[in-house]
Amino acid sequence: MMTHRQALEVLAQRRGDKAVIATMTSAGIWPDLADTPLDFPFLPSSMGQAPAFGLGIALAQKRGVIVINGDGCTLMNLGCLVTIAAHPAELFLVIMDNGLYEVTGGQATAAVARTDFAAIAAGCGIPRTYSFADLDDWTAHAEAALHGPGPVVVVLKVEARYGQKTPKPRRPISEQLQRLRKGLASMD
Amino acid sequence: MFAGTDVAGALQAAGVTHVVWLPDSDLGTWDAALSAAKDLTLVRVCREGEAFAVAAGLWIAGQHPVIILQCTGLFEAGDSLRNALYDLRLPLFTIVGVRSAKALRAGTTSDSCPVFVEPIMKAWNIPYILLDDSRPVSDLADEYVRARAENRPGAVLIAE
Repeated sequence: MMTHRQALEVLAQRRGDKAVIATMTSAGIWPDLADTPLDFPFLPSSMGQAPAFGLGIALAQKRGVIVINGDGCTLMNLGCLVTIAAHPAELFLVIMDNGLYEVTGGQATAAVARTDFAAIAAGCGIPRTYSFADLDDWTAHAEAALHGPGPVVVVLKVEARYGQKTPKPRRPISEQLQRLRKGLASMD
Repeated sequence: MFAGTDVAGALQAAGVTHVVWLPDSDLGTWDAALSAAKDLTLVRVCREGEAFAVAAGLWIAGQHPVIILQCTGLFEAGDSLRNALYDLRLPLFTIVGVRSAKALRAGTTSDSCPVFVEPIMKAWNIPYILLDDSRPVSDLADEYVRARAENRPGAVLIAE
């Protein structure tokens, strides 16, 4: 098993020039690891909608987009996996699976220890899916998982933490959006 | 109901790049025309909340999307709409099919859908116009153009 932060550290090292949309717990950790205009902590967000938001960005321009989503977020909008499969784009959906709603303190999701998100994604028609529960395994295969044609779904099983709080945005959302737009436009 | 070819033509002429949609039986008659439109990309979603999020991403990356859905989907999409229009402050435009609106006027339905659409649009503070078959399709495009020029959200409600 790996910690949430360890998993994201590997992701930060392998993300290349892709934009990164981070939600929930990841939105609190990610700015410590990367804070360029292409890094977007989605705070405040609409829970479950980050994959669709990332898909819109990926459909609109050539740069790849990584969305770091929680397992609880994914459960709120499982249909997004079908939508992503239906509209091929350079979208890499990373699902952080700890079996908990961590930012509300640590309540179990309905899926805990039962649901295989990678299998669901594959069944929805996502052509490349991966699942990693071990840091060495994730480190060894992250480069392959995060490059090549999308869409891709990567499930990372990470340690559950209890007693966490909802992360606070480090910048106003208006400033975050302005940075992201400029970052995306820089490649056009 | 407007013809799909007229709607597709009007949206293309107005500069719309993407239609993000989940149609109902009335709006669904536009499917072939929207799919065939050369300058429009049709993005099919599974649930209406997704439509606002996809449109938000498209807009941030420089595109000009329109969302098309039934009022039932508008009801479902509330939190996503709130995030896109008020947290992110994006000027997204929506075309809403109002199920049973004509039947309500005629007093021939018990469908609660049309009762709540306008109050909800007002609650979300979204400027809108209500269109029915007596209006030309240009009214729809004109409302989109107005909203875009003023960089604000907007909506057209279509009586079904």
